[in-house]
Order: sequence, then C-alpha cells, then structure tokens
Amino acid sequence: MSLGYLGSYAAVLALFVVGVAIVAGALFANRMLRPTRPTPDKLATYECGVDPVGEGWAQSQVRYYVFTYLYVIFAVDAVFLFPWATVFAAPGFGMTTLVEMFVFLGFIALGILYGWRKRVLTWA
Amino acid sequence: MTDAPSYLSPTGQEIVFLLLGAVAVGAALLVVTTRQLVHAALWLVVTFGALAGCYLVLTAEFVAWVQVLIYVGAIVVLLLFGIMLTRAPIGRSADLDSGNRPAAALVALATAAVLVTVVVDGFRTAYAPLRAGGGSAGEIGSSVFRNWVLPFEALSVLLLAALIGAIVLSRTDIRGRG
Repeated sequence: MSLGYLGSYAAVLALFVVGVAIVAGALFANRMLRPTRPTPDKLATYECGVDPVGEGWAQSQVRYYVFTYLYVIFAVDAVFLFPWATVFAAPGFGMTTLVEMFVFLGFIALGILYGWRKRVLTWA
Repeated sequence: MTDAPSYLSPTGQEIVFLLLGAVAVGAALLVVTTRQLVHAALWLVVTFGALAGCYLVLTAEFVAWVQVLIYVGAIVVLLLFGIMLTRAPIGRSADLDSGNRPAAALVALATAAVLVTVVVDGFRTAYAPLRAGGGSAGEIGSSVFRNWVLPFEALSVLLLAALIGAIVLSRTDIRGRG
C-alpha cells in the first residue's frame, strides 16, 4: 500500500491520536468509576510512614549539569552522523568526507578528553 | 521556482501548516507569561513540537526529527536541569515579572517585524513546489558535505568551547591562573 509522503505521516498522526485516546480514556474511566473521598492525611506525601516536614527540595548538584550537557553534545553528534552515513560511501564523496567527519569528532573528543583529565567523568 | 497557485483556496496541507504555526505562537506566548517556571519548559516542548510538525508538512523530514531529538529531547532537559540548579521553585513564583517587560515586548515585536519584512520582501511571490523526500537524511548529507563543510567543522569548535565552559563552570575546584 503506498500512501505518499503526507499520507504516511497521516498514519503516524492517527496512531498518535489513538495512543493519546487510550491513555486519556483509561484515566477518565478510572476517574468516573472510583470513589473520591480525600482527607488531609490521604493527600499528604507518603515517605515511609513519617510525616513530611517543610517543602520539597528539587535543587540539585551543579555537577549533574555536565552530564546533561554531555548528552546534548552526543545528541548533536549523532544527528550529524546520520546524513554522513548515508552519503560518505556514495560516488563523489569518499576519503575527504570520511576525514571531515573525523575532524569533527576529533574536536569533540578533545572536550571529552579535557573532562576526563579534569576527572569530571568519575563519580567523586 | 514557479508561479504561485492562488492563495484563495488553501490546500489541506496549508491549513495544517497555519494551525501548527498558531499552536507554536500560542505556546510560545504561554512560555513567557506562565507563572510556573517548570510549566514554561513544558510549554516550550509544545512550541518545539508544533515547529517540528511545520517542518514535516514542508517535507523537511530529517530536520523535523532532529527538532524532536535535539530540541524537545536535549535542550528541554538542559533547561529543566538549569531550573533544578537554581532555588528550583516548584509552583507559582510571584517575582517572575521584571521591570523590563514593556522593553522586552517592544524588542520582540520589532524583531518579528524585521523578520517578516525580510521574508516577505525577499521572496514576494516566489514559490517552491514541495517534493516528498527533498528533506531526507541523504539530501541533507550531500548538501552538508558538498557545500557546507566549513560551518559544519566550525560547529564542532563551538560545541567544544561550550563543553569546556560547562566543565569549568560546574567544577568549583578548577581555578584560573593567578
């Protein structure tokens, strides 16, 4: 079955809508069927039976930021590997394209090397 | 470039594009007006998602999925971590408005006006017919590695600089000389 470009993405969209409808439908049916009798005790955050004190803490260590940033770097890296992988073996590209990609990877590897030397990658 | 078809009878594709654009603009307005910082990051997901939809409708498949992978995936995670590194306000913050609000709105409107003027003036009635597969990974690859190698290599230096900057900023035990 051939749908064409937009037709094939319409199928993706239909699947997405069905997925959302199933999740929303399940939660909605749950809400319709269950009894709702909230008390302050039921709404309290449960932590091993001990009453919570104060507000939630979401502040985290700054060193996690490097790991998030490394993830961004690798994501950008991978994104450029896809188009490169489709063309570098094609006629008219060859060795030059291969070297170009390794120059790109080399620059990024320098950053990883720097982080490694500064012991960012170890868990202290 | 060929002659443009009439604007008076938009195709379904054009209507979907306009609707996605409206979603992107509306979600972007919510990003800057919401009182909850984490919600701003989540509205940004909607904005980027709508933008990815726009790219898909324009047959720029690869760019659309890169938008989802990099912006919806990585950049929003980076933003949420950025929020978590601060006092991490969960819930409503009363002090999110700054006194620069009118100035910022003015700058944003002026930037939008400049961009719209440039696009309208630059392209006028020029029309490029959309071709399925014109934005595939292979096409992008041959374009990048044939014509745009230097920006591609410059990008690696930019990433390197940002990575080293992030490492230096997040390690309090690395000090400058002197």
